[in-house]
Amino acid sequence: MVALSGCSRGVLDPAGPVAAGERTVLFNALAIMLCIVVPTILLALAVGWWFRAGNDKAEYRPDWSYSGRLELLVWSIPALVVIFLAGLTWISTHELAPEKPLASSVRPLQVQVVSLDWKWVFIYPELGIATVNRLVIPAGTPISFRITSGTVMNSFFISQLGSQIYAMSGMDAKLHLQADKPGRFHGLSAHYSGEGFADMDFAVDAVAPARFAGWVAQTRGRGQVLDTPRFLTLARHPGSEKQMAFGAVAPGLYDRIVANAGASVREEATDGRENSGVR
Amino acid sequence: MSATQAQSSNDPHKLGHGEVPVSERGPAPKRIVVAYGFWIFLLSDFIMFAGFFAAYAVLVGETAGGPSGAKLFDLTLVGWETVLLLLSSFACGMAGIATIARHRFWFLVAMAVTGMLGAAFLCLEVYEFTHLIGERAGPGRSAFLSAFFALVGCHGLHVALGLLWLMTMMAQVWAKDFRDDILRRIACFSLFWHALDIIWVALFTVVYLLGAGL
Amino acid sequence: MFGKLGLDSIPLDEPIPIAASAIVALAILSLLGWVWKRGYFPYLWREWITSVDHKRIGVMYCVLAAVMLLRGFSDALLMRSQQAIAYGNPGYLPPDHYDQVFTAHGVIMIFFVAMPFMIGLMNFAVPLQLGIRDVAFPTLNSVSFWLTASGALLVNVSLVIGEFAKTGWVVYPPLSELRFSPGVGVDYYLWALQISGVGTLLSGVNLVTTILKMRAPGMGYTRMPMFCWTSLATNLLIVAAFPILTATLAMLTLDRYLGFHFFTNELGGNQMMFVNLIWAWGHPEVYILILPAFGIFSEVVSTFSGKPLFGYRSMIVATMAICLLAFMVWLHHFFTMGAGADVNGFFGIATMIIAVPTGVKVFNWIFTMFGGRIRYTSMMLWSVGFIVTFVIGGMTGVLLAVPPADFVLHNSLFLVAHFHNIVIPGVLFGAFAGLTYWWPKAFGFTLDEKWGKRSFWFWLTGFYVAFMPLYVLGLMGMTRRLGHYNVAGWQPWLIAAGVGALLIACGIACQIVMFVVSIRNRAALVDESGDPWDGRTLEWATTSPPPIFNFAALPDVRGEEAYWGLKSAAREEQRLSDLPDYVAIEMPKNSPTGVVSAFFATAMGFALIWHIWWLVILGFVGAWATFVVFAWRDETEYEIAADEVERRDRLRREGKAALLGVPDGATT
Repeated sequence: MVALSGCSRGVLDPAGPVAAGERTVLFNALAIMLCIVVPTILLALAVGWWFRAGNDKAEYRPDWSYSGRLELLVWSIPALVVIFLAGLTWISTHELAPEKPLASSVRPLQVQVVSLDWKWVFIYPELGIATVNRLVIPAGTPISFRITSGTVMNSFFISQLGSQIYAMSGMDAKLHLQADKPGRFHGLSAHYSGEGFADMDFAVDAVAPARFAGWVAQTRGRGQVLDTPRFLTLARHPGSEKQMAFGAVAPGLYDRIVANAGASVREEATDGRENSGVR
Repeated sequence: MSATQAQSSNDPHKLGHGEVPVSERGPAPKRIVVAYGFWIFLLSDFIMFAGFFAAYAVLVGETAGGPSGAKLFDLTLVGWETVLLLLSSFACGMAGIATIARHRFWFLVAMAVTGMLGAAFLCLEVYEFTHLIGERAGPGRSAFLSAFFALVGCHGLHVALGLLWLMTMMAQVWAKDFRDDILRRIACFSLFWHALDIIWVALFTVVYLLGAGL
Repeated sequence: MFGKLGLDSIPLDEPIPIAASAIVALAILSLLGWVWKRGYFPYLWREWITSVDHKRIGVMYCVLAAVMLLRGFSDALLMRSQQAIAYGNPGYLPPDHYDQVFTAHGVIMIFFVAMPFMIGLMNFAVPLQLGIRDVAFPTLNSVSFWLTASGALLVNVSLVIGEFAKTGWVVYPPLSELRFSPGVGVDYYLWALQISGVGTLLSGVNLVTTILKMRAPGMGYTRMPMFCWTSLATNLLIVAAFPILTATLAMLTLDRYLGFHFFTNELGGNQMMFVNLIWAWGHPEVYILILPAFGIFSEVVSTFSGKPLFGYRSMIVATMAICLLAFMVWLHHFFTMGAGADVNGFFGIATMIIAVPTGVKVFNWIFTMFGGRIRYTSMMLWSVGFIVTFVIGGMTGVLLAVPPADFVLHNSLFLVAHFHNIVIPGVLFGAFAGLTYWWPKAFGFTLDEKWGKRSFWFWLTGFYVAFMPLYVLGLMGMTRRLGHYNVAGWQPWLIAAGVGALLIACGIACQIVMFVVSIRNRAALVDESGDPWDGRTLEWATTSPPPIFNFAALPDVRGEEAYWGLKSAAREEQRLSDLPDYVAIEMPKNSPTGVVSAFFATAMGFALIWHIWWLVILGFVGAWATFVVFAWRDETEYEIAADEVERRDRLRREGKAALLGVPDGATT
């Protein structure tokens, strides 16, 4: 554990309430289990050492193979631990359910997430803008994500903010996260999705609300428009993509992607070996 | 065997409550072992069907704008299929009686009838399938139709393999008569054939009866 | 004529698989040449390839597993070295190759290493422990083995002809659908697994029937050795779980071959159903692998502690509880799918409940050692190493079963570390312990202990060095299956993990040396008594190696630990039991049915992969014809004369008399 505390930018270095809650659950469960696991390991080693064949001081009891009391103990200790853990699990599972909105006085920001081969599209429906491979969020504001996939299964994951959730075509998953302070975080796909998977990471910039408003104003109305044809070009181009921003988004685009359950994004090959697209 | 016989004096009604519990009487006779093993296999086959049934239950509503069961299923045709299959099982039972009587001729007749009824069932099923595909309601039309074709087709495949087995059994009895190992195989075959009926009853209910009503 | 198959199917542009397969092909060819030149081929055909003897088949399963372990482990070395160098650069494996490597590693290690090891050891030991002459269906047993080998062959063929799946070992759609994986990789996966899956299922049916219907007289359920109990549980799980895999893979096959829409993105297909179905098989599969190993550890710990297994009945209850619960936890593999808090909470708790019977087993092993006089052979080292390491793996498993913790650890290297932490000490250490334990029974001489212990220490330290860093990396947010990465902090840990893999490689090298040294010193290591470890169960009652019929007369079992009871009685009365009336024994004749039908199955599988339809039909007809020929045999058994049985049994009694220091009592 000493070694772990030294490393940064991971699950153990939470930057938001969800990740912090999950780290607490992780530590609590670990602490409860260590209470039984450490003594068990020590017992196994001690018994194994003491009763080695060369030790004359150890008493050899060749017929001792049952003890009702010990059996009771042996069943009840793990059972009690599990009952305790089960309580923790049930409560924390409900408290930290991804679909549950975060308690906050600030109005949540809506972000729609689409995973593609092999990039992420973030649509801000209320703001009418969209980005690729870069998620900009205001710090201290709950973010209400809706997540789907335009292609195969992926998992949307920002380890320092907490919960991941699968991005699946035709599905509309809900996730609520929040960054407490400004900072840059590493986001990635936590579910293998094919050849370009390793490059499918994205940057998350949590900025102060005022700066966020500035970024929105700067982005909106400029550059390209993310409409269906543009989206399809993006989707059909297999490979990672540079960060981009769209100054406008066709309304209802996300819902259409969900309803279409994944656009046709690839040609079918006919020979035995696949033509690799991104190499 | 000898342990079992010695037992019968202590256990006149064969309730298995003799002095030596059944579990301690040593290896069971081969006939029992073979039938038992085949039962275990059939149970595993049922689980495989359970997988297809589960998939069907999940996908039954996923018609993707295509036709639903209520539109497609022809209960009269399926009714005839059911009749043929049940009659075929009856004929298979007759073959069992002929086996007990060690009557080769009637065994072959009963098996031939079983086979023909089974083949007729299969023909109707193939007709149903080609008809559906002709109406652009093939397995590629929707997830519902995929699940339907897979489930019903899996049963049909079992019937087809059963027919192959049936002919092999007839040839064996024809060439080798009621040898001990052949008798054991006949027992397994009839278990298999009746098991297909059980599956069909479930299939008829879940797919066709419930489907036509939806 | 040859479907999709053409010259361009051979990946001449990829040096690593071509070089690897050239070396393997050369090795196989020279081995075959050697066998041919020395005239061993008739012997191999007669005594091994067509054998229906459960002991021979068990040994062949283990050989298959050992060979495939080398293949699976070379994949592991490729992955560890790739990840150790690929920070900020693409490494030396292009994604196209790397993705095949991690898929093949998973498939091979689960299906063609862990499974054959466990099935092989069960095949070898269960009939001996039950005091019977063979399994319920000996020829079927041979068919099962050869079908498994056929699947393994297809996976290896994919190295040279075409490609293997690039989808991960559980081939989640829609990635594994034709649209996203148009090559033959997934087809190799599907048919290799379907063919070997039939073998596994039939072997499960066989062993369930054997254990439930064919025990020696007096061997009631509560007198069966623990290994037989865990084998029963495992085979029940095989019979109940493998058909689900068959159905699931069949659906994916229909999607890929006939344009069905079970799991596609289009027309109502449901990818989540695949995930549910595959884990409804996949979770029981974990217990299929580990339960026999639990049985092996039970036997080893009890034997080398010189004590009966502590809490035998409690262990039975725990085993069967695991067997049942195995089917109620599959959803913990995808808490992150978003099923809602109630469902996730239920499956999380159900998963934890399995920790109770598992914990009971750990405590009972410790209490078996308590009051014992433990002989630290390499087998005992594997067992103690297992207990200590497995407890850690169990703990991280329960951590992953807490949904909120899983939300940040799912699919990370923490998960990878966790299941290796279960499978390496659980299954592999168990297999190694079992291999060393029963080796003298199979071949009549023990394995070299010095190299065995060296191998253990390399494996143990190698395991910790390789996988503890992966726990750390998981906590640092590194997900699995990354071919390269751009986070500097990850690299040192990945280099450490690579060093661990090298230590494990040393462990494997020690094992190879162990086999060579032992075979060369077999005269010194010979086991004349048939009971080299002072065993407690019936396999040690017969000679090493046992006669083909195992027991001249079926043992009369009077209590738990049947052979220990016989030994105690002999020591007490200072004589062996009375000579039985020797009668002639009927044994099943050898049959090439297994190898021939598997040959046709391989041809059919290969043809299905490459769409060579005439060969598909030929393969099917060939396999069917093989069974017809088998059914037509007039003589299925041969007789071993009573005096030959008596001769073999007198030899056995001499060995036992010498071992126990009692007069033979049969000199008349």
